[in-house]
Amino acid sequence: MSELVSIRGLTVGFGGSLALRGIDLDIGPGEALGLVGESGCGKSVTWLAALGLLPARARVSGSVRLGGAEILGAAPAVLDRVRGGRVAMIFQDPASSLNPVHRIGRQIAEALGLHQGLRGAAARKEARRLLDQVGIPDAGRRLDAYPHELSGGQNQRVMIAMALAGRPELLVADEPTTALDVTIQAQILELLGALRRDLGMALVLISHDLGVVADTCERVAVMYAGRIVEAAATARLFAAPAHPYTQGLLGALPPVDGPRRPLAAIPGGVPEPWAMPPGCAFAPRCPQRLPACTEGLPAAVALGPQHSAACLRAARELVPA
Amino acid sequence: MRDLPLLAAEGLVRRYWMRRGVFGRPAAVRAVDGVSLTLERGRTLGLVGESGCGKSTTGRLVLGLEAPDAGRVAFEGQPMPPPGTPAWRALRARMQMVFQDPLGALDRRMTVGAQVAEPLEIHGLPDRAERVATLLREVGLRPDQGRQYPHELSGGQRQRAVLARALATDPALLVCDEPISALDVSIQAQVMNLLVELQARLGTAILFVSHDLRAVRQVSHRVAVMYLGRIVEEGEPDAVLQDPAHPYAQALVSAIPHPGRRQRRILLAGDPPNPADRPAGCAFHPRCAAAVPMCAQADPVLKPRAGDGRLVACHVAQGDVRPRKAA
Ligand SMILES: Nc1ncnc2c1ncn2[C@@H]1O[C@H](COP(=O)(O)OP(=O)(O)OP(=O)(O)O)[C@@H](O)[C@H]1O
Ligand SMILES: Nc1ncnc2c1ncn2[C@@H]1O[C@H](COP(=O)(O)OP(=O)(O)OP(=O)(O)O)[C@@H](O)[C@H]1O
Ligand code: SF4
Ligand SMILES: [Mg+2]
Ligand SMILES: [Mg+2]
Repeated sequence: MSELVSIRGLTVGFGGSLALRGIDLDIGPGEALGLVGESGCGKSVTWLAALGLLPARARVSGSVRLGGAEILGAAPAVLDRVRGGRVAMIFQDPASSLNPVHRIGRQIAEALGLHQGLRGAAARKEARRLLDQVGIPDAGRRLDAYPHELSGGQNQRVMIAMALAGRPELLVADEPTTALDVTIQAQILELLGALRRDLGMALVLISHDLGVVADTCERVAVMYAGRIVEAAATARLFAAPAHPYTQGLLGALPPVDGPRRPLAAIPGGVPEPWAMPPGCAFAPRCPQRLPACTEGLPAAVALGPQHSAACLRAARELVPA
Repeated sequence: MRDLPLLAAEGLVRRYWMRRGVFGRPAAVRAVDGVSLTLERGRTLGLVGESGCGKSTTGRLVLGLEAPDAGRVAFEGQPMPPPGTPAWRALRARMQMVFQDPLGALDRRMTVGAQVAEPLEIHGLPDRAERVATLLREVGLRPDQGRQYPHELSGGQRQRAVLARALATDPALLVCDEPISALDVSIQAQVMNLLVELQARLGTAILFVSHDLRAVRQVSHRVAVMYLGRIVEEGEPDAVLQDPAHPYAQALVSAIPHPGRRQRRILLAGDPPNPADRPAGCAFHPRCAAAVPMCAQADPVLKPRAGDGRLVACHVAQGDVRPRKAA
């Protein structure tokens, strides 16, 4: 199989309820995939589980293959080499990112020591090159700065530089621009796109903003209540969304031109993990619900090349060949 | 005869003193640096700009929650009384504020109904139970949901509850400070629809503070773009979105993340500046691709541009200098 990462049937349980209810996802080498969905749908947990970063009480099952080798439940030593090495992650939680009491040069050098065995002057030289690469002006002097001396956008660039220290084949960026101003967000998205092109690295961009992933990613997967409900090439997803939830998310975005009408808001809210509705989790909010929708979990069906949706109505509308 | 605007603010300035480091000398931060705005009854003015540009401070000033260091606020034609005076207290019922985080704005130990009734009690208004039920219905909640506690409601329902409480005294002005940024996309649409619908029904004027131009266009009749404590452009949302005049507004518009967008992003160099260290001349000039030498010296004022009368504070957009030749 030529996929870089292949996730199959990934489930995660916390306490009595499931946060992930069977995730299937492939990422090819060098591909940029956007992962979107509302708060709590399981975007972060998917990657925390895949990289073995969830607390021990989380019940994880399924399969995550990296270059064909299973990494779910792999030995700690194996996972330590994967994380920050072949797969780097920029975390959503700002507290778990940069250490406020260490200079940023030292923090990048540490990552370089861990993943490339660089020390001393060599590590410092490489750290400087990385800061340059992520567009920090005056990189040589900035090595000695503390995180609080940099702006939010610059700290995000430092995080990206640290992630690049292990020369990852895949960078998972969890909401990397959510806390930033729009003009700074534009800078960071541009940087991620440029790095991907220059380094041939695959990118998973996690965001709740369809607009953000549309700009940056070739393919988009939409999550709802612990499942992927639709995945398609970006242009196709926006032109011909098949899942009513995707249609709803697009309808809820205020347009930038045309007449101003009330937005097609999705009624209600996302279900709580301990009160999952039977059948399709979106059914209670779905304007196109069929009686059968509440009976069983709809399976993902292929609607075209690279396009799949987990929706009974989408499946029924498929004309048999 | 022309009606006075509901709200008129003129030349508002608000400084805060900030110490840099433990031994640093306190420096003045000009959070709001000469803002004038007017708001008509039943209309919405959207205030956009990046973090720290002074949007929330402007909101507090027009509500009279803080007194400006310079400038005037007039509400219904009368000057804003000083904070804490009886005249000021009487005005509270006429103007209300809605914040970003609905859970933080609500008291988690009180039922939603009791919290909606609170402003009625404070202002001695009658028919409480009846009015609370009406208000809850008004914002799309069921009257029986008044018996629930905030944590028993979803994010969108909580923001509805906050709106019901803000509307209890039938205010003429609502300042909504980032009322949707903490909400999920699908819930944001519900709250935007609700604001537009309530305004149509109740005639409330709204100052809608947001960093999201898409949302501002959706709910506003006019939009003012702020940069470093000043309004740098003001006009109708569609005009500003389709043809932004100020280079900063152009960058903001081009940075809107948007599925169908074809046009290229304008990337601004550098970071938002520090309000304690305001650049001379046009405060935007260090990041501006259109800047000419004059921009580093002369402070552009907000005035109508020749032609269409768009309000803009930029030497180049106003045609006072010849733009630089494109490279
Ligand atoms: N350590 C944990 N313990 C218990 N529950 C958890 C834990 N981490 C996540 N969850 C739950 O798992 C579900 C999925 O969470 P996750 O953080 O993946 O959401 P998300 O899609 O990333 O949301 P957001 O957009 O808010 O970041 C949520 O219901 C969350 O409360
Ligand atoms: N009470 C205060 N004391 C000191 N400085 C303050 C105070 N309130 C605001 N400031 C400063 O004034 C400036 C403007 O702040 P304000 O909160 O009005 O910005 P904003 O546009 O609402 O930003 P955001 O989008 O982050 O909410 C900022 O530099 C801020 O740090
Ligand atoms: S006045 Fe000059 S620096 Fe300021 S926005 Fe206009 S062109 Fe740019
Ligand atoms: Mg998350
Ligand atoms: Mg604010």
